[in-house]
Parts: sequence; structure tokens; C-alpha cells
Amino acid sequence: MDTPIGAYTPPGLALSPPLDVPFQTAARLAVLDSLLAPFRALGQYAILIGRAFASVDEFRMYWKNLFIQMVRIGIDSVPIVALAAAFSGAVLTVQTAYQLETPFIPKTIIGSIVAPSIMLELGVVVAGFILAGRVGARIAAELGTMRVSEQIDALEVMGLNSIGFLILPRVLAGVVMFPMLYVVSCIVGIGTGILTGEVGGFLSASEFLEGARQFFQLLDPFIGFIKSIAFGFIVTSIACYKGYYTGGGAVGVGDSTTQAAVLSCVFILVADLLVAMLLL
Amino acid sequence: MIEVRNISKSFGDLQVLSDVSLDVREGKKLAIIGRSGSGKSVLMKHIVGLLKPDTGHVYVDDQDLCCASYERLRELRKRFGVLFQGGALFDSMSSFENIAFPLRYFSSLSDAEIETRVQDCLDLVNLSDVGAKTPSELSGGMRKRVALARAISMEPAYILYDEPTSGLDPETSNTINDLINQLARELNVTSVVITHDMHSVLEVADRVAFLYNQDLEWVGPVAEVHDCANPNLNSFVRASEYKIGDPSTTPPLSEPSP
Repeated sequence: MDTPIGAYTPPGLALSPPLDVPFQTAARLAVLDSLLAPFRALGQYAILIGRAFASVDEFRMYWKNLFIQMVRIGIDSVPIVALAAAFSGAVLTVQTAYQLETPFIPKTIIGSIVAPSIMLELGVVVAGFILAGRVGARIAAELGTMRVSEQIDALEVMGLNSIGFLILPRVLAGVVMFPMLYVVSCIVGIGTGILTGEVGGFLSASEFLEGARQFFQLLDPFIGFIKSIAFGFIVTSIACYKGYYTGGGAVGVGDSTTQAAVLSCVFILVADLLVAMLLL
Repeated sequence: MIEVRNISKSFGDLQVLSDVSLDVREGKKLAIIGRSGSGKSVLMKHIVGLLKPDTGHVYVDDQDLCCASYERLRELRKRFGVLFQGGALFDSMSSFENIAFPLRYFSSLSDAEIETRVQDCLDLVNLSDVGAKTPSELSGGMRKRVALARAISMEPAYILYDEPTSGLDPETSNTINDLINQLARELNVTSVVITHDMHSVLEVADRVAFLYNQDLEWVGPVAEVHDCANPNLNSFVRASEYKIGDPSTTPPLSEPSP
């Protein structure tokens, strides 16, 4: 059964058994269907994202949409990412200072631990989780609502490539803006780390910076940067996939939104490990 | 001309259409009627190529939608204007922007010309002063009329109406019916109206197609819809006669209690 772009086919029906098969056969088919469902979803996801990037030649039609999405995904997320990074940096400084509270270890070590931890892991993962909730849920709900209210069908009927128009700008905006949010996250996280050390009396700003400089490696922010690009792609593409293939009205939109946020978080963790294993 | 040839469609084990064939003649108004869930909207989605049939073909101006490439399909779809059941207006845009949307992407009109065209479309649906309002600020009937203005903005050859009067009060329904007739007359478009509102059918249609249990059971002129031999259509029409206002079937009003 060939389904044109933009058409919605209810998921999970491909292997639904006909009514006249025996119960045991039907049960086996149902089990097989549920086992194959993740692979079918993966294939559907790959085709959707492939079609989105295949429509790049029409991008002159959609570039305005890219800037709108860059603002919504990137600029609008700055406050929440900065807030999360600020608390992460502060907590990390306090807890590191607590764990290293011995006269045998110089205080500068706190800076040597906090700064690379934020650049390598905490800054990007915290930003990724926050954005999985904020950006991922928003995209899935937006596209899901457009699907169930036939707005995506309306785009297709006008002759527009709905995948190119809706998905490509969002994914590109995610890939472009997540690294910028990562930079914001690192600056704010390290900044609040310094401030917390100073205000809390754990170490001075100069001690913190000296420690950070001592063990600084260019590879740390580079890996964080690569992770942020990967997370940007993961969050936006999964949310677009879940939203675009939403079915079943308000409940379907709710399911898609939840699944987009949860799956994004899971795949952020997987990608975090893969990048670390490949580049470290 | 739209030709539907032997199309069948299932979703899993749920058969929705079975061997349906239908012609929509140029400049005419065809109403596709049937009970809820009889496959009317699915048939409409096949006509604009939003769904592909399991078997069968749909020809628009002698071009097969089912075998067309996606690029060709997109070109063919530009011949259609579709009024979706809920309007399907883009809720992030104003009414003006909704109507201007296809013009901005698919016409070479300047901004000033687009503004004039949008205003003309709004005038045509008698909503001259709602351009700045968003869909959430409009009533159900107004939303449908703005959606209709968007559907005609690209001057399509075919307009498809999916339940144009559902959820509307009788007066607004009459306004929509009048608009369908007016657009067919003034723009000389071919119209397909998906509905279960017999009043609307009698007001707008030249011909009627009756879908029942996945099959197309009856096709004929609207004048014969009351005198046909099909028992299912007779039952469907009889069930609607109270709404139509046939004095012989309309129950008398009960006497007010003293």
C-alpha cells in the first residue's frame, strides 16, 4: 500500500490479522507486529527525514520559516537554558568543594573539575534535556495539532511540500541553534560556578580560573559542540516525526508530545555515550 | 473532469471503499452523501490525491493521480480548492495571511496585487472586514467562509467541500449554500460537496452520489433523489425529511398547555 507524502496512515495496522484467522495465529501476528513496530517506526522516521532533506532545493520558498524557527527554538530558549545552567554550575561547585574539603588538595582543583565537567557534559546534557521538554514537546504538539485539524492536508492540497515546509526548517534551526545554546549554557554555568565559589567562600574567582586554565583542553568544548549538534538534530527530528504522524485527535496529540519528549531524552543519553566513546 | 474508476481502500482490515466509480462533470455540482463513516471524506481525499487507493484510479483532466510522481501530483493539486470540515485555517496567521498564503508561494503577484486579491475573496464571501482577525476570533461559520475564500484565492477549476454546513446554524448553513451556488455560477467551477445534510444537497447539487457500506449505491440527478428505487437511499432521505420541512412528514407542533 503506497501512501503519498502528507497522507496519514494509522500506525500498527500493517500486520493486523484478518478476522477469520484462528486466535493463536492472530496472537502470534500481534506479537510479531509489536516486535516489528520499532523497526517500522525507524524506517518511517528515516524516510521522513530523508524526504525533508531531499526538498532542500526548494528551500528558497521556506527560508523565512527557518528564521522564525531559529527564534522560537533558539532565542526563546535562552532564559530557561541559562536558568538550568546557572543552577547546575552552582550545585556542581558546592558539591565539588564539599568532596575535596581537605588541606592536601589545592582549591584550584575545584575549577579544574567544574569547568571541564560543564563544557564536556553538564552544559550540553542539561541544555539537551531542557530543550527536549521545551522544544521537542512544542514541535510535536504544533505539528500534531496541524495534522489532526487537517492543516497539513491543506498545505498539501495547495501544492506545497508539507515536509519541506514544516520539517526541514525546524531540524535545521535545531542543528544551528543548539550549539549556540550550548555556548550560553557553558558561559552561564561556569560564571555561576565562579560566583558561587566566591560568595560561598569555597575559593576565589582567580583560584577557580587558574584551575580551569591548568587543565583546559580544546577537545572538551569541541566534544560539547559536537554533542550539541547531535542533540539538536535528535530533539527536532524526533519531535517532527512524532508530530507529523500524529493520529487520533487530542489524545493523539498528547501521546505524540509525551513520546517526543521521552524519546528525545533517551536518544540524547545514547548519543552522549556514542560521541564520548568515539571522540575520547 | 474528474473520473473515479473502481477504487477500493482499506485501513488494515477495515474496508472503507469498495470498487467505487464516479464521474464529476465539468461545471456541475455533485453532492456525495451517506451516513457518517460511509467513506465520503476518504473518497474526497482520493480525489485530491491525499490518499492512494489500494486498487483503481482517479483521473483529473485525463491525468492519473494514482500513477503521478509527487511533483506532478503537486501541480495537479493546484487545480483544486478544498474547504475542509473544520476549515483547516492556519491558526498562527490572520485571516488575511491565510488567504494570501497560497498566493505568496504560487503566484507572481506583487504585494499590492495580493492585497487586492485577498480583499476580493473576502468580499465574495461577505466578510470584508475580518482580514486582521485570527481564526480563534471568528465564529464557526466565519471560519468556514474564510477557508472558502482561501480555497478560491488561486482560482481553482474544482472546489471540494467537506461537510460545509456541519455544526452551523440553519441561517449560516443557508449562507454557505448560497455561496456554493454563487461561486459555481460566477467562477464557473466544478463543485463536489461531501455532506449528509439533505437540505444542503437539495439547495446546491445538480447530481447526487449515495455511498452506503463502502459501495456507491446510487448516482443520479437531484430531482430523482425522492423517487429512486434504492431502499437505503430512500431511508436516508426519509430520515432527513423532517429537516427539509416536507409538510406531509413534519410532525405537528403540540398544543401549548393551558
